[in-house]
Amino acid sequence: MSDLSVVGLRKAFGNHVVLSGFDLSVAHGECVVLIGASGSGKSTVLRCVNLLETVDDGVIRLGGDDVTDPRADPDAVRARMGIVFQSYNLFPHLRVLDNITLAPVRVHGVARAAAERAAREMLDRVGLADKASARPDELSGGQQQRVAIARALVNSPELMLLDEVTSALDPELVGEVLELLVDLKRDGMTMLLATHEMAFAKQVADRVCFLHGGRVHEEGPPSELLVAPREDRTRQFLSRFVSL
Amino acid sequence: MSTNDTGMPSRPWSPSAVELDRRAFRRARTTRSVVTATLSSIVVFLVLSVVITRSPGWPRVKETYFSWDKAVSSFPAVLEGFWLNVRIMVICGAIIGAFGLALAIMRTLRGPVFFPVRAFATAFTDTFRGLPLILVILLLGFGVPALNIEGVTNDVLLLGCTGLVLSYSAYVGEVIRAGIESIHPSQRAAARSLGLTHVQTLRFVVIPQALRRVMPALLNDLVSLQKDSGLISILGVVDAVQAAHIEEAADFNYTPYVVAGVLFLSLTVPMTRFTDWVARRQGGPGVGGAV
Ligand SMILES: Nc1ncnc2c1ncn2[C@@H]1O[C@H](COP(=O)(O)OP(=O)(O)OP(=O)(O)O)[C@@H](O)[C@H]1O
Ligand SMILES: [Mg+2]
Repeated sequence: MSDLSVVGLRKAFGNHVVLSGFDLSVAHGECVVLIGASGSGKSTVLRCVNLLETVDDGVIRLGGDDVTDPRADPDAVRARMGIVFQSYNLFPHLRVLDNITLAPVRVHGVARAAAERAAREMLDRVGLADKASARPDELSGGQQQRVAIARALVNSPELMLLDEVTSALDPELVGEVLELLVDLKRDGMTMLLATHEMAFAKQVADRVCFLHGGRVHEEGPPSELLVAPREDRTRQFLSRFVSL
Repeated sequence: MSTNDTGMPSRPWSPSAVELDRRAFRRARTTRSVVTATLSSIVVFLVLSVVITRSPGWPRVKETYFSWDKAVSSFPAVLEGFWLNVRIMVICGAIIGAFGLALAIMRTLRGPVFFPVRAFATAFTDTFRGLPLILVILLLGFGVPALNIEGVTNDVLLLGCTGLVLSYSAYVGEVIRAGIESIHPSQRAAARSLGLTHVQTLRFVVIPQALRRVMPALLNDLVSLQKDSGLISILGVVDAVQAAHIEEAADFNYTPYVVAGVLFLSLTVPMTRFTDWVARRQGGPGVGGAV
């Protein structure tokens, strides 16, 4: 039973077709990494799954429910997933703690005291217990990104979507975030993430998907796809990453 | 990983000689600027007062505009009128804030269902932003009582205030809408992705940020409202301007107008300073650093 299944997804902006006939499935507890050239549609896939874009065609199922059905309540669907963006998108007018408790209190009807307790536990988990009352702009990039992950995690999502969560960070901070994701994976979180960092993909992925021409061009476990790709296009793309 | 991310040791620190030197220089520069500003102000003021008081018409102007006795005798009446202006500003200001916010939200609603709401808000804004305030006040103040509609007030104070509210709501609505639209779409995306509805996103994420951003402009409108509250005197409401007019009519001495002017300034100047302070504080540390 796969947690997320995408079948025949099509998405165009104007007459620029980004995804067409895109298929992907992510099993429960699996971590799938999307790689591909800039503009290949990695972010678009994640945004479509999160219903931040309306799809032109195709079906997206989460735990068996068709979330692209216009009769489904998109807010309820989004509440089942967590998404973290490259640019963190913390709410600058709210303290770190209030950034994290906003959705539990307003969407999930959790009592404020309980939500704050959960938020503090989550902050502790991402190593930022002492930053609860800081404003987002008082934090470093890596700290902001960890808060954004905590904000998504506190809702106990069925699926985490992560879009280049480390691309604004220096290598050491990448390590911090990576550690956190490995941890999450160990806890059985289902994850779909996009990245440009092959080392990162190698460490967390159960499966790597290379996006090209609007669909998954080649996929496989990182030990195969990243090391010995079968397709020319994949090899060409990977050849730019020397450090493998 | 928590407190000492950067591995920063907490060594005791005392400023170096270079830093002390920089501080001394900055202090000296500040003193120099203050002295220069004070001196040049005094010079300008002296020159102006000499030029004005030496002019041939000065004794007459002094008597009709700056008569101390007249000022003292008219002060209580003008002050009482002014108290009405203050109350109008506070009450109308609150109503205008609420209306303006409602208009702004109406204009930002998306989807075909809301077309009538959007159309209404747009028409309202266009109309009342396009009409001179004095015309709105005159039309309401003299037009409505003439219509003689059952159950509608003929109280000119109320009608004048309605005019202020209508006009200013249109302006304030546009200011707030600009603020709402200045919030980056990624903020909406982040909020919606957490499961917040459109309304919750507006209420907890967009509007708090938007209002903060346009606060200086809104305070500016409040200062302007305080001045424009004087316009309802044309309906015969006894506010500071009208009270001054009544006092002046007795002996054609214009000092009461000056008294009213000083009263308005005594409120609008501090409000303007406050607005500037709010605007400056918004830049805040961390946003632009030392620049
Ligand atoms: N809102 C939009 N309007 C028009 N075109 C868009 C929009 N969003 C994305 N695109 C286009 O869709 C294509 C895919 O974009 P997407 O952001 O998914 O790429 P990506 O694989 O995430 O790239 P990167 O690695 O640079 O983040 C790009 O060509 C982009 O220009
Ligand atoms: Mg992207």
